[in-house]
Amino acid sequence: MKLELRGITKRFGGLVANDHIDLVIPPGEIRALLGENGAGKTTLMNVLYGLVQPDEGEILLDDEPVTINSPRDAIRARIGMVHQHFMLVPVFTVAENVTLGTERVRRLTTPGIKAGGLRIPPVGLPSAGLLDRRRARRDVLELSERFGLRVDPDARVEDLPVGVQQRVEIIKALLRDASVLVLDEPTAVLTPGETEDLFRIMRELQAGGRSIIFISHKLKEVQAIADNITVIRRGKVVGERPPSTSDGELASLMVGRSVQLRVSKEPAMPSGVVLDVKDLNVHGERGEHSVRGVSFQVRSGEILGVAGVQGNGQTELCEALMGLRPSAGSVRLDGADIGHASTRDRLRAGIGYIPEDRSEDGLVGDFSVADNLILDVYDRPPYASGIALNLAAIRDSAAARVEEYDVRTTSVQTPARTLSGGNQQKVVVAREMSRDVKLLLVSQPTRGLDVGSIEFVHKRLVTQRDAGAAVLLVSSELDEIYALADRIAVMYEGQIVAFRPPSISEQELGLLMAGGGAADPIVSGQRGGPETPAQEPEQS
Amino acid sequence: MSDQHEADPAAAPAATATATGAGDGTPAPERPHGRLPLTGSAIIQAVTEGHTAVITILAVFVALVIGAILIVASDPVVLRAWDSFGYAPGTALSATWNSVAAAYSALFEGSIFNPSTVAAAFHGGSIAAIFFPLSLTAFEATPLILTGLSVAVCFRAGMFNIGAAGQWIGGALVATWLGYAVNLPIVLHAVVCIIGAFIGGAAIGWIVGEVKARTGAHEVILTIMLNYIMYNLLSFLLSSQNLMQAPGQTNQVAPNIASSATLPHVGGPPPQVGVGFLIAIAAAAATAWLLSRSTLGFQFRTVGASPSAARSAGISVERVWVLAFLIAGGLAGLSATTIVQGQTAPLTFNSYGTYGFDGITVALLGRARPWGVVMAGLLFGALDAGGTVMEAATGVPADVTNVIEALIVLFVAAPPLIRLLFRLRASGGTGPQAVAPKGWSG
Repeated sequence: MKLELRGITKRFGGLVANDHIDLVIPPGEIRALLGENGAGKTTLMNVLYGLVQPDEGEILLDDEPVTINSPRDAIRARIGMVHQHFMLVPVFTVAENVTLGTERVRRLTTPGIKAGGLRIPPVGLPSAGLLDRRRARRDVLELSERFGLRVDPDARVEDLPVGVQQRVEIIKALLRDASVLVLDEPTAVLTPGETEDLFRIMRELQAGGRSIIFISHKLKEVQAIADNITVIRRGKVVGERPPSTSDGELASLMVGRSVQLRVSKEPAMPSGVVLDVKDLNVHGERGEHSVRGVSFQVRSGEILGVAGVQGNGQTELCEALMGLRPSAGSVRLDGADIGHASTRDRLRAGIGYIPEDRSEDGLVGDFSVADNLILDVYDRPPYASGIALNLAAIRDSAAARVEEYDVRTTSVQTPARTLSGGNQQKVVVAREMSRDVKLLLVSQPTRGLDVGSIEFVHKRLVTQRDAGAAVLLVSSELDEIYALADRIAVMYEGQIVAFRPPSISEQELGLLMAGGGAADPIVSGQRGGPETPAQEPEQS
Repeated sequence: MSDQHEADPAAAPAATATATGAGDGTPAPERPHGRLPLTGSAIIQAVTEGHTAVITILAVFVALVIGAILIVASDPVVLRAWDSFGYAPGTALSATWNSVAAAYSALFEGSIFNPSTVAAAFHGGSIAAIFFPLSLTAFEATPLILTGLSVAVCFRAGMFNIGAAGQWIGGALVATWLGYAVNLPIVLHAVVCIIGAFIGGAAIGWIVGEVKARTGAHEVILTIMLNYIMYNLLSFLLSSQNLMQAPGQTNQVAPNIASSATLPHVGGPPPQVGVGFLIAIAAAAATAWLLSRSTLGFQFRTVGASPSAARSAGISVERVWVLAFLIAGGLAGLSATTIVQGQTAPLTFNSYGTYGFDGITVALLGRARPWGVVMAGLLFGALDAGGTVMEAATGVPADVTNVIEALIVLFVAAPPLIRLLFRLRASGGTGPQAVAPKGWSG
């Protein structure tokens, strides 16, 4: 089916989210929509899916204009959408979720009665029925078979990894016979392996004649999967490019200026040990042994990058270091034992913390930007005197921070949740870097951010390093590790399996992250392999 | 930890309600990947953020309209007139109008202002009598404002305080005992009783906070169960001559408190404002300051808005639970003492009335904001005060005002309903957020 958007315009108050956007997608094409956060990609797709009504413009399917006023209309027009945040019921099984809204029902019928001369034929009860679970299961199995979407129809959604939940969403769309599939930032929540699986599935779907709109701000993915790339900036289409276009060109098209994809930094000048972790053991949410005997040091003036596929104990490591999760082992900050200190005392001792889940742990969405900027210093001068908050100082300081860190917000009283992801992260970064920190504990600092914001955050981290802070960077993005780390520690199944210099090849690093790093020059004398935790090399 | 995943069944419909309310039916709750925001905070957020002054006013209006229907239904004259609607429609309509107008006039005259008192004042009557209805309203509002504040403090810290009734009894017991068993000079005695009531209520609140902090038990269960314990404790203490039963009594009645412990009235004869009302206003001012201007209030609000972000920022969530319930209990205790020390009747088993639960509705209507609670308390106080007058003057049962109160809260708690009734645009239609549901821009 050929999809065409003509002159789509959508205004929210004074903001023009979509400005006369034209888009033609031939059948069987994977089209990438590339743009920064807030560029208007999602709004455009919400227009297409009937979640938002456009102020101007029209949608054509196979050259026929269609009106789409609700997701129901969109589904009828065979447009399917997989949202950034999944719309699944966690306690339902896959089959139940997939059939939700289009439940196939076996009509309940009354038994026919024949008694003497009386004869009552079987009657179908109007709106009552039995859920046809068997049919639902069969549908799921058939679709997963056809497109290689491996999913167990009887698994409960809450027990499934994110990547599989996404497949459930895709199956949901396919079951409604979607011929245009919109994937909104589908890779934001996936591991590299899951991303590859998704790409394989996308190609299968393409081979089946479906067109796919792939929304992303990640250049590499777009280049890898798309047949054509449409770049959107500030609500306008600024260009269409083939996937062979260079990183630099796409990035500057997207941001509107030339960007540094990799921050320039001087070689590290590490000095004294700031963070000294020995034999740390942490248990996870469900009691699993998540961090197993991890030991490492971070020195002042260096960035130690912890690489690893998400879910190998990095989250638990960070939470344990912040005192958010009980742990066994020794943690020393500048020589002082903080292993049993409260989160508050650790923050006071000079740890800056940028948590992995920005919207959940880093910010209070309903609080103003100003309040978020003092979230962990609210009881210290100048923001408080005694037990009274100093509102004027809070406001003034917030204004200064917003200026300094270039947070794009209408005012410091704006609720943080209304900011774009990049600007939210700038608020967190501004807060944590505005006090004296000896150690910066930074987890997935640029997840979901656009190129411009990534550049900004990376520069700030290097600035902190150069000012003498020790930086512990946890990231599952290899690019980020390579861009920032002065040393790389690889985490696999709760252990640090190797320390490497940043000159390590991507293949070797990938192998180590997958648990295949047997030949470890540092620990090979002892006994290689992931069973033995790597020992920190002594540094002079 | 545990509260992140607790599936509060009651929260689900509220979460849906906010989502549909914000986005005209679009399924778009802000949802961090994988986790579902099915906490009680969804309800609390819907209450504290969800509605505007316009909605409140419209809710009051709709409730009064429905109340009018009840008034009509309770009036046999009007019902008979409607029977003959076919050939005398004018009679039916005018009877309806007369009945409703008479009832609501009486309600207004009994709670706010009675024009005949002005006329009387011109003919040598008391000028002070003009303010008599208002003083009745303030009197009725006093305990409601305080229990409303109690519930509101917990709301702001992300918790439901269903236990204001139990905390009320805690405060009442201590104040009563101090009032009759201790001899102190006149002003000091009253002050000691007030402080004692605060401590008595706070102690009961503290139990809830402490148990929740130590074991993770849900505060709704704890407070409901503690309410039963307190009802029965009160009954037990008031039934035993050796304990708190008034000497020579067989009923569940405590001794009268000493006159040195009673709260005086300010402003001379009949239209007077009890010191209890001043305590309620002072408590509202203190709570407002605590919540918006103090570091402790900042902790309360942070925990209320996002426990996980609070933890990451080094705020002890457990400590906030304990302190919020401590303060909430104290406020409920103060509510009790405005009755114990403010009235001439001694404490009985029925003294706690419905103050604790009315506090929930007052806090909901006041959007858990201290001054909002004061306004809501006054509104309810006015309905209570006027209802009595209405019943006396027109025979319409005062229960109608209770229905009106309940309807107001119902409509306020369901803003989409009011928007639907009046076809309002979501949140007044200002800025992109009003139109675009959360999490969908960009």
